Amino acid sequence: MSPVLAGVLQLTALIAALALAYRPLGDYMAAVYSSPKHLRVEKVVYRCIGANADAQMRWPAYLRSVLAFSVAGVLFLYLLQRVQGGLPLSFGFASISPDQAFNTAASFVGNTNWQSYSGEQAMGHVVQTAGLAVQNFVSAATGMAVAIALVRGFARSVHSRQAGGHTGDLGNFWADLVRGTVRVLIPISVLGALVLVACGAIQNFSGIHEVGQFMGGTQQTGGGAYASQEVIKELGTNGGGIANANSAHPFENPDAFTNLFEIFLILVIPFSLTRTFGKIVGNVKQGYAILATMGVIWLGFTLLMMWTEFAHGGPALQAAGAAMEGKETRFGVGSSAIFSVATTLTSTGAVDSFHSSFTAFGGGIQLLGMMLGEIAPGGVGSGLYGMLVMAIIAVFIAGLMVGRTPEYLGKKIGTREIKLAACYILITPTLVLGFSAASMVMPDALGSMLNTKALGAGSHGFSEVLYAFTSGANNNGSAFAGLNANTPWYNTTIGLCILLGRFLPMVFVLALAGSLAEQKPVPETAGTLRTEKPLFAGLLVGTILIITGLTYFPALALGPLAEGLS
Amino acid sequence: MVKTVNNSVRNSARLLAAGLRALLVLTVVCGVIYPLVVTGVAQAAFPAKANGSEVSSDGKVVGSSLIGQRYDKGTDKKGDPIPDLRYFQSRPSAGLGSNKDNGVNTRYDLQVSGASNLGASNTDLVDAVHERRKWVAETYGVPESKVPADAVTSSGSGLDPHISPEYAELQAARVAKENHLDATKVAALVKEHTDGRVLGFMGEPRVNVLELNIALKDLAQRHGGG
Repeated sequence: MSPVLAGVLQLTALIAALALAYRPLGDYMAAVYSSPKHLRVEKVVYRCIGANADAQMRWPAYLRSVLAFSVAGVLFLYLLQRVQGGLPLSFGFASISPDQAFNTAASFVGNTNWQSYSGEQAMGHVVQTAGLAVQNFVSAATGMAVAIALVRGFARSVHSRQAGGHTGDLGNFWADLVRGTVRVLIPISVLGALVLVACGAIQNFSGIHEVGQFMGGTQQTGGGAYASQEVIKELGTNGGGIANANSAHPFENPDAFTNLFEIFLILVIPFSLTRTFGKIVGNVKQGYAILATMGVIWLGFTLLMMWTEFAHGGPALQAAGAAMEGKETRFGVGSSAIFSVATTLTSTGAVDSFHSSFTAFGGGIQLLGMMLGEIAPGGVGSGLYGMLVMAIIAVFIAGLMVGRTPEYLGKKIGTREIKLAACYILITPTLVLGFSAASMVMPDALGSMLNTKALGAGSHGFSEVLYAFTSGANNNGSAFAGLNANTPWYNTTIGLCILLGRFLPMVFVLALAGSLAEQKPVPETAGTLRTEKPLFAGLLVGTILIITGLTYFPALALGPLAEGLS
Repeated sequence: MVKTVNNSVRNSARLLAAGLRALLVLTVVCGVIYPLVVTGVAQAAFPAKANGSEVSSDGKVVGSSLIGQRYDKGTDKKGDPIPDLRYFQSRPSAGLGSNKDNGVNTRYDLQVSGASNLGASNTDLVDAVHERRKWVAETYGVPESKVPADAVTSSGSGLDPHISPEYAELQAARVAKENHLDATKVAALVKEHTDGRVLGFMGEPRVNVLELNIALKDLAQRHGGG
């Protein structure tokens, strides 16, 4: 069997697995977020928080809770790293410096998991499991909660408050946070972690110890809760592994099956949430249209990536005979290509192969994937709300064409809604392009680029910087790791990018949700745009590509395009 | 005015306290109970795997079947390692080093994972690929065109435990000669240690270098080689 055919078969198997999970998981999540009942363990948690989980929140209250929880997360994680030197079970690793601790705290709370540290030699057991892995759960649950709040904003106008609430209610953040964690993320993580261990991922709390070597002598290695963190880092689209080599490390990702399984974990919640969306708004076909839009972009990107990686352009890869630099033998080119697209089209950023050594066009595809705003299928929750904002823009454009007030899911898209949606899509490009440009004039920042010896005369170095800020502002976390990002400039600016790129969009999404929830539903007429039809999915794909293309084309031309064409 | 400011400060403090309490209770659930339960079940059900898939030879642990190693006999005058050609060689590992090099937590000499991160158009990488190809071709007496890609590129982890079957087959004759073994026997050993794709279509065919070298050592000892 040729590697290309094997790659296509792996892609087919992945699609089949995602299709099988789509309905049950999507329906289950809809039930989780709609159920009036609390589990006993959840009641205990609510009592500890001191929150009334049945109280409905309007959008400002919901937002304040999101922000309060996230601020607490940043503070706690920052402190934990700063005192690591005195914590037990930390191998005696030193405390993390202030700029790096801020960067890492922002990064994990912001569902980004950009890592300017080298995991196995910087973070001990306590910071890994009680600090970083916790944010892998709760930052994901926060993203899902905000997405569900937006969906409720649509639904409560469509279904004329069956729940008997008041106008503008979006649900309860604490209930959504805890349910997402306890009922969705933890059960899948426990099962998934055991699957990974069964295949060879390690799961222990041993300290630094000596392991014998074949040629004699010993080598020092550390243990760790690899499997339990690996599974949630993929499932929650976080991406921050224990090892520096991330999912390329054999202890995180021991064989080709676990590789495919991890890709499945990355994609399963973001895709299935479109079903949850359809269920809650009372029309699963609306969910299918969003799913189709995500699926078309994801599949197109994956096929393009496989094509360019198998073609292995670039002098070094041509000399080697295949694009195997930075790739593991057990995965090969095909399954590494599938992983890299899944990780950059969601907000994951985990890597099983090193993006800096991909072909120039492959690197461009990864960059473009993140620049789309990670909505195909996107991060858990953030993918869905990002795509729904794009859908509002698409509906608006369609409305302009026929000269009628646009509406989506029975909700009028007026001036206020369009302003909020426009603000949403302007945030990340402003951050990415602004900080990349600033880095080009900072002498210290330029010194961090590794690949200045590139034939493309610095275009790969520029790609490294552009990639770093794209990854940060879009909450991805993967890197063109040639860039030495552990400098005060990059630690601070990327940390800021992550926080602004994560929480400013949430402000606009929740404001939008509130504004939608306050509206009376508009009855559907013959003139209503049918947003559950393929035509609309096509319009949505076009809108996404045009908006992203117009925004980022000049920057892409200076980086990967210049390198690939030189 | 002062009263409203006071009120909003008090409200923010109250909300932040709720956030902190939520974080702490979820830290107990996700950061303590969850990893301990998974570790307990994993250690009970798959102890060997959960502890790093260690493999033994002659009753001694000689590493993990999942982690690549170097097979060298000392270093040359420049300090570069000299490959021991009695054994099958792993892929180049440009990204692999120890944490002594970068000054982080230097009380340990830890194994560090990582890639070269060199771009496809990087001239250093182009040179390295040509140099490695030349070395493999000369050392194993094969034409340069026969040298597979994994033999001239470094992996993502720098700890790749595998090489391609092509690279193993290419090394077999020289390895047999160095061990005074029958070349067909060593070739058969490579075949025996070649794993196909998982379930026939996942990943790529590969040879685990450590396991192959352990079997090779056994074979050489049985035949009184050397």
